Amino acid sequence: MFRLRREPAAAAMIAVAVEERMVRVPAGASAAAAMLAAGWRSVRETPVSGAARGPYCMIGVCFDCLAEIDGMANRQSCMVAVRPGMKIRRQRGARHVDPARA
Amino acid sequence: MRGYDAIVIGGGLVGSAIAYGLVRAGLKTALLDEGDVAYRAARGNFGLVWVQSKGLGAPHYQRWTRFSAEAWPSLAVELREITGIAVGHERPGGVHLCLGEGEFAARAAMMERLRREAGNFGFAYRMLDRKEVAALLPGLGPAVTGASYTPYDGHADPLALLRAFHTGFVLGGGRYYPHSRVAAAAAAPGDFRLRAGSEEIAAPKAVLAAGLGNAELAPLFGLSAPVKPQRGQILVSERVRPLLPLPTTTIRQTGEGGIMLGDSQEEVGFDTGQSPAVMKTIARRAVLCFPWLAELQIVRAWAALRVMPPDGLPIYDHSERCPGAFLASCHSGVTLAAAHAGRLAPMIAKGMLDPMLEPFSARRFDVPAAA
Repeated sequence: MFRLRREPAAAAMIAVAVEERMVRVPAGASAAAAMLAAGWRSVRETPVSGAARGPYCMIGVCFDCLAEIDGMANRQSCMVAVRPGMKIRRQRGARHVDPARA
Repeated sequence: MRGYDAIVIGGGLVGSAIAYGLVRAGLKTALLDEGDVAYRAARGNFGLVWVQSKGLGAPHYQRWTRFSAEAWPSLAVELREITGIAVGHERPGGVHLCLGEGEFAARAAMMERLRREAGNFGFAYRMLDRKEVAALLPGLGPAVTGASYTPYDGHADPLALLRAFHTGFVLGGGRYYPHSRVAAAAAAPGDFRLRAGSEEIAAPKAVLAAGLGNAELAPLFGLSAPVKPQRGQILVSERVRPLLPLPTTTIRQTGEGGIMLGDSQEEVGFDTGQSPAVMKTIARRAVLCFPWLAELQIVRAWAALRVMPPDGLPIYDHSERCPGAFLASCHSGVTLAAAHAGRLAPMIAKGMLDPMLEPFSARRFDVPAAA
């Protein structure tokens, strides 16, 4: 459904891991864009019903692109720029917090 | 001119609960709602159905609150059956966490006084030590000394409740008037004529439930509502898996998983803005109670204005000058929802308030304080 556009002056490409699969995206792209580029349409399951959701607004408003980025759950992935080696995972339901660990 | 049996002014939690109760009692009812320009306390609620700490020195208020909390489970079932809306009510009991020996001692003294004032009605509270609280709630901070507990407390989803009352009201045959600030009112005994928007409507009964707007409306009906705004701020976290099996006075986990942190009490007039200093205080106390909260992201925060009578107790009145005009003003629209729909509305339908509501009359503010 989504593919990377070929820009005339191609930006440097950055490699990130989406669900443990490497994908290369232009520098400055968002983590949400990386997930779309990796072929995911749904990037999360909702906390209450488990329904599938994917990036919708891409401007930080809709909260439907929540993902786990470098171990932190529920990040708005459209608002986070990729960094080399970033690990992005889909958000599966509500975040789990361990009260004993804090 | 369109005629009704009753007109309710105010579409928030108090007004819609009463309006819902009136159509349930068979009255042809109009519900007037001002619109998004109103202060809308009903949109900013924390969502507790809270008994402990209510009514110190006012056993009638404690009793009224207890009655509502007892009636809440059947209200939730009834709303679900009539409207299909789940209002998320749970009643696992509730705690008030104490930070330090000083807070614990003061809380214990207050709870014991409430028990004495309850007399034969009873007040089954317990002061829990730190170990007992830790058995109820996970990851307590070292600052928590203990807590007061009662089995009467619970919580609900206030927005679902508001929607359920509105839906139930309309399904019951009520007529809802949105964007209808009362522009003009002519009040005579048993004869009330109002202009709402472009329409003239009339009824032998009128109920003033306009929140902070009651202060201005009441005198037109021979009533009085010296209510003032008191600001409360709330923070809510990202949704997490269930962690808190019961609510505390200022921290609760919603059915959807978000953790709500409240609730300040600020005298700042009609200012609905937020302030970083207060948000910081709320967050700091919450993290002292549960250090793991510091890991969570806050996704939303807001402020709303409580409808506060001078002594904090609800005002219920029936006009002497214009019989048929009733008034309800309070800051506990969620807790008292079941009492308003199931008890107050039937009294209004009947045309008079029960003697049990006598102490809630605004006439209590007219009595000069004893020297």
